[in-house]
Amino acid sequence: MRGEVVVRVGAKVLAPFIITFGLCVHFHGDYSPGGGFQAGVILAAAIALLALVYGLEAVQKVVTPRFVRACAALGVIIFAGVGVVTMVLGHNYLGYDALAEGHAGQHYGILGVELGVLVTVFGVMVTVFYLFAGRRGRTQ
Amino acid sequence: MLLTLLAAAGLALLRVRNLFAVVMLAGIYSLLSAGLFTVMDAVDVAFTEAAVGAGISTVLFLGALALCGHQENKPGHTPLLPLFVVLVTGGLLVWGTMDMPGFGDPANPVHHHVADHYIDESYHEIEIPNVVTSVLASYRGYDTMGETTVVFAAAVGVMILLAGRLGRRPRPEGKGDGG
Repeated sequence: MRGEVVVRVGAKVLAPFIITFGLCVHFHGDYSPGGGFQAGVILAAAIALLALVYGLEAVQKVVTPRFVRACAALGVIIFAGVGVVTMVLGHNYLGYDALAEGHAGQHYGILGVELGVLVTVFGVMVTVFYLFAGRRGRTQ
Repeated sequence: MLLTLLAAAGLALLRVRNLFAVVMLAGIYSLLSAGLFTVMDAVDVAFTEAAVGAGISTVLFLGALALCGHQENKPGHTPLLPLFVVLVTGGLLVWGTMDMPGFGDPANPVHHHVADHYIDESYHEIEIPNVVTSVLASYRGYDTMGETTVVFAAAVGVMILLAGRLGRRPRPEGKGDGG
């Protein structure tokens, strides 16, 4: 597929929009469908698209396997960390009202934990994709 | 209409022996399910189904196909016993649904346990318009944290199974051409 000009240019043009859309899905999750999980999958899809078109090594130079593995763990830490922060501020674990006056804290808390979900899902999806795509097949 | 297409895609999935076509049909099946969820106003679920079912898993299946070849082997046994088991299980499940309240009935207990509270009060309590997000991340924050951990654990499992040479450089002949 790497020889096709249309595919190469198309992927190059589309990828930034896909990534922007993923971030939009995350940050707009309060108001519209979507959230961290979907956003993580969309970001991973952008990486997968680039890897399919430009080859795995080229993409792994930018988004290294080590980085995505760290992401998978980091997301869980972010999620749990938000809970710890609200506890330190004197509320229940994951009681987002601690983060700001009134209910505004809910916004920040939800964005925070959804960010954790996003980072984990992105890391996991790309890790799994790398593992599958990086293996040599019997039939190739 | 969508259900008919879903059934058609499902039957085609059973008949086709070329695994490449199977993967494509599975993607189409997911996309149709996403359409069905949209029709039922479950946009969040539809979104996830389209992104995960039709998007990422198709790519992963293609990656797996590159490893195992494109043609499914002929089954080495007659399908009668499995058919019998499937029919009995399906019959039991259908029998079980007889006790359930009518589908889509607004008086169902499931719609009156906590759903009323979420729909009526969540905007005052959480002040964000998307009820799905407020239930997912705030009311059910612990559950979502558990889910995130499960996703992470799944990745660890895949890594243990597939990446025997983690941390070392891939061997020179291990250059993937990315499918």
